[in-house]
Amino acid sequence: MAEIIGKIVRINGPVVQIRCDKSIKMLDMVEIGEEKLVGEVVRLKENIAHAQVYEDTTSLKAGDPVYSDHMPLSLELGPGLIGNIFDGIQRPLEMIKKQEGDFISRGLHVQALDRDKKWHFVPLKKTGDRVNAGSIIGEVQESSLIKHKIMVPPNLSSGILNSIADEGDYTVDDIIAELDIDGQIQPLRMFHKWAVRKPRPYKQKIPADKPLITGQRVIDTLFPVAKGGCVAVPGGFGTGKTVVQHQLAKWSDADVVVFVGCGERGNEMTDVLANFTKLIDPRTGKLLLERTVFVANTSNMPVAAREASIYTGITIAEYFRDMGYDVALMADSTSRWAEALRELSGRMEEIPLEEGFPAYLPVRLAEFYERAGKVVTPGEQNGSITVIASVSPPGGDFSEPVTSHTKRFIRCFWALDRDLAYSRHYPAISWIDSYSEYVDDVKLWWDVHIDGKWPEYRYAILDLLQKEQRLQQIVKLIGADVLPNTQKLILETCSLFKNAFLQQSAFDEVDTYCSPKKQFLMFKAIIMFHRKSEELIKEGFEIVEIRENPVYHNLVRMKTRYKEDNLEQLEKFVNSIEEQLQQLKK
Amino acid sequence: MNMNKLRQYTGLEEIVGQLFVIRNIHNAGYNEIVEITEENGNIRIGLTLEVGEGYAVVQVLGGTSGMSLKNCRVRFKGKPLEFGVSLDMLGRIFDGLGNPIDGLPAPVAEETMNVNGMAINPSARDYPENIIETGISAIDVMNTLVRGQKLPFFSGSGLPHDLVAAQIVRQARAEGEGFCVVFAGMGVKYDTARFFIKSFEETGVLDNVIMFLSLADSPSLSRLMTPRFALTAAEFLAFKKDMHVLVVLTDMSNYCEALRELSTMRGEIPARKGYPGYLYSDLASIYERAGRIKNKKGSITQIPILTMPNDDITHPIPDLTGYITEGQIVIDRELHAKGIYPPISVLPSLSRLMKDNIGLNKTRDDHPALASQLFASYAKTKDIQAIASIVGEEELSSLDHLYLNFGQVFETKFVNQGYNERRTLEESLEKGWDIISILPEEELVRISEEQIKKHYREKR
Repeated sequence: MAEIIGKIVRINGPVVQIRCDKSIKMLDMVEIGEEKLVGEVVRLKENIAHAQVYEDTTSLKAGDPVYSDHMPLSLELGPGLIGNIFDGIQRPLEMIKKQEGDFISRGLHVQALDRDKKWHFVPLKKTGDRVNAGSIIGEVQESSLIKHKIMVPPNLSSGILNSIADEGDYTVDDIIAELDIDGQIQPLRMFHKWAVRKPRPYKQKIPADKPLITGQRVIDTLFPVAKGGCVAVPGGFGTGKTVVQHQLAKWSDADVVVFVGCGERGNEMTDVLANFTKLIDPRTGKLLLERTVFVANTSNMPVAAREASIYTGITIAEYFRDMGYDVALMADSTSRWAEALRELSGRMEEIPLEEGFPAYLPVRLAEFYERAGKVVTPGEQNGSITVIASVSPPGGDFSEPVTSHTKRFIRCFWALDRDLAYSRHYPAISWIDSYSEYVDDVKLWWDVHIDGKWPEYRYAILDLLQKEQRLQQIVKLIGADVLPNTQKLILETCSLFKNAFLQQSAFDEVDTYCSPKKQFLMFKAIIMFHRKSEELIKEGFEIVEIRENPVYHNLVRMKTRYKEDNLEQLEKFVNSIEEQLQQLKK
Repeated sequence: MNMNKLRQYTGLEEIVGQLFVIRNIHNAGYNEIVEITEENGNIRIGLTLEVGEGYAVVQVLGGTSGMSLKNCRVRFKGKPLEFGVSLDMLGRIFDGLGNPIDGLPAPVAEETMNVNGMAINPSARDYPENIIETGISAIDVMNTLVRGQKLPFFSGSGLPHDLVAAQIVRQARAEGEGFCVVFAGMGVKYDTARFFIKSFEETGVLDNVIMFLSLADSPSLSRLMTPRFALTAAEFLAFKKDMHVLVVLTDMSNYCEALRELSTMRGEIPARKGYPGYLYSDLASIYERAGRIKNKKGSITQIPILTMPNDDITHPIPDLTGYITEGQIVIDRELHAKGIYPPISVLPSLSRLMKDNIGLNKTRDDHPALASQLFASYAKTKDIQAIASIVGEEELSSLDHLYLNFGQVFETKFVNQGYNERRTLEESLEKGWDIISILPEEELVRISEEQIKKHYREKR
């Protein structure tokens, strides 16, 4: 168990220097002072160790003892994660509230998983079976949505099950199986520990080919992300990063959502928590809470734990991926994480690069994003992690280090635009600066499930939007009146597309979620309108005449007029557009 | 152990600015109080900034002028900075370190609290609800203030942010019971402090106000402590005495300057524009002390005021503030020049908590759509104005002219109101409908058809 390894020699904010009498390894956990504040060794020089402390270091003194049991910072992975809210180093906040009251005090040692709660374990293997690392030996119905697979920890060798518990209720501490590894008996529990900074192993990565359906039109239709992909969502304050994250956490069709609030507002976490305990998942009819794990390290909680919270989140995501689930990890915001790195680096007096960030920033970012992906797990399951990371560039400037380095490691970019946000066009995802490299990967899915025309329409509209961007420059100089009618139509269609399609209210009951089917119909409606109008204009009709046609009014309001259970009506309307416009000729 | 607390040390090694280094000491704790006694018995308070084996770096809160390496005795108190709080603080004026400066004796403390506070457990927080009706249309309709919110004013020097803040304090007390104001002035001029005192006096709220003043000439380090003392008092009143506390912090830019000064003195590596890398965390430790807690009646609402250097909203101070607070109210120089009061620029302004606290059963069912439409139409007006300034108004279509007219009326009739004018939300909403009806019905795509039918003013 924990022994005294040395004494404090210097305290500077969250970084503490320790003179060690006993040997200590990098990234070992240490407990500092009489209150046993949790810290982690981040640098060793001769017999001096530097530790970053996950709690407020007020009142620590030089000479205070430091303890360690020579284990790295680890998580407890087992039943009890779903629906729970943890801090950056996986301390359960509800439990802390019960013990300590409304404010978070220091030196708390609370086990992450509830030791008293009994779970109903169903064995899937029997005594004498040969199992490998990552093999699933049983399962627990953790929530109404999630079957929690009990796995052989991936760091063990293969062996033979010496015994396995019968179906029944057990706590996570009970031994449910014994594994015979070449004569050595290894007891297995329903949970195991895993070091947060060490990626969990997988057999191989496989290409991501299914889109993550989010129900947000601008995302699914224009800038899709594949399950197993990485997206960055950069935007200045007030551009709606958090609302995008919340919408995705609510509506995306992932099996498990891990929501990491990294250095963000306390009230936002409250908002998500309160919402998720009420909101129903449209696909399953169950509470969203039943598939979500929260990691909350708000901006006023200690900075070192903020740095750890991202790793805590991704390790939990990997654990569920290993069970064969599609996991979505929302990280809000990675800039706060990078800033925590910067702050700790500064306290350790490292040489800074641009804007004070340490030289290893890009390496850390790359390591993090590489943990996403679609894989074959050690237990022969297919699972994926999609990372949706928001970035908060200072002053909304995308050339700053965190945004520009992040761009190197992601393949989908949803740039949030301040001007759109100012005019309350939400989601304020810019159609000019955003991109997705997953379009070709998910093309087949659209072809099979919705319609093969999706890529064609998508390019058609992106082309129009580009043209509109250029025309707007001209309009700014000479006014719209001098443009020829065909070009005016481009402006008209784009304005319609923005208002009727791209803009989507997260707070409107009908509009908050839009199925791919409905998205495609709405998309098609606008394309049909444009193509037919183009024809009419060439025949000499005026834009005003087209605008007065009932089709136009119906297009403007189609997002709320046609509900999800009424899509035949929408389809009927889409098919009638050409004909209705044709009426003009009479 | 107790002997250590009594032990005094003499002989400093070095004094730099507001810091000094002392060696050959024992048992100094990090971030704890240090008492420095001069020969003449004068006592100063300091805090340990860094401690190591046998040495400590101390920052002196009252400044180091007059201190020499030899003439003072130093004692480590073994506890962090604390503040004795009680209900008797109401109606009193303190300096930045919690000492009364209104000539009356210090109130008897009911309790002593650590001024650094503790983080509220995110799972203990209650989501802010109940709007605060400020009586200002641009805020109530378009950027609603909610109890437990932190909503800063982004302003510039020479703009009337103090007037607007005073108007809010005066008009927001409507919902009576247990309402009080904690005012923290950091590095403000005496005139500003006097303006607020006078304004509170005139409206009779002074008995419900606690003021903490660290004026422009006080040492910059005491400026850093001022909001912490103020918020400690606010936490006591809100979470121990069930009061609804409105905290006005002005001017946060001065606070950040003080932080930068201290950081530079310590030789830390700067991030942007010389501000320390931890500016975000530091500001968060202030702003995040707003909010509500489950099963507690009280609340803390914060209105921090900051002047943007050069009116630059991307400057680190407004930038990092905007990332922490739940929106912002932007005070605009151009509107001020046009003679519009309050000169609130609604487009860059935002209230993040508005969405969940307006609408049916909260304010009025048409409120969300109307607000959204006013934003969209006003934004469009701005685009048209930009075009008009190049091609001339004659070139514009008749619809564009309607927009220009709408924008004009919106600024002069809706945003513009008197310093003493208090509009109810109902009045503000009706005014909003009057003005939006300048535009033809088809342009109002953000409002549902039923609501248009109900509220849209038909042209006569």
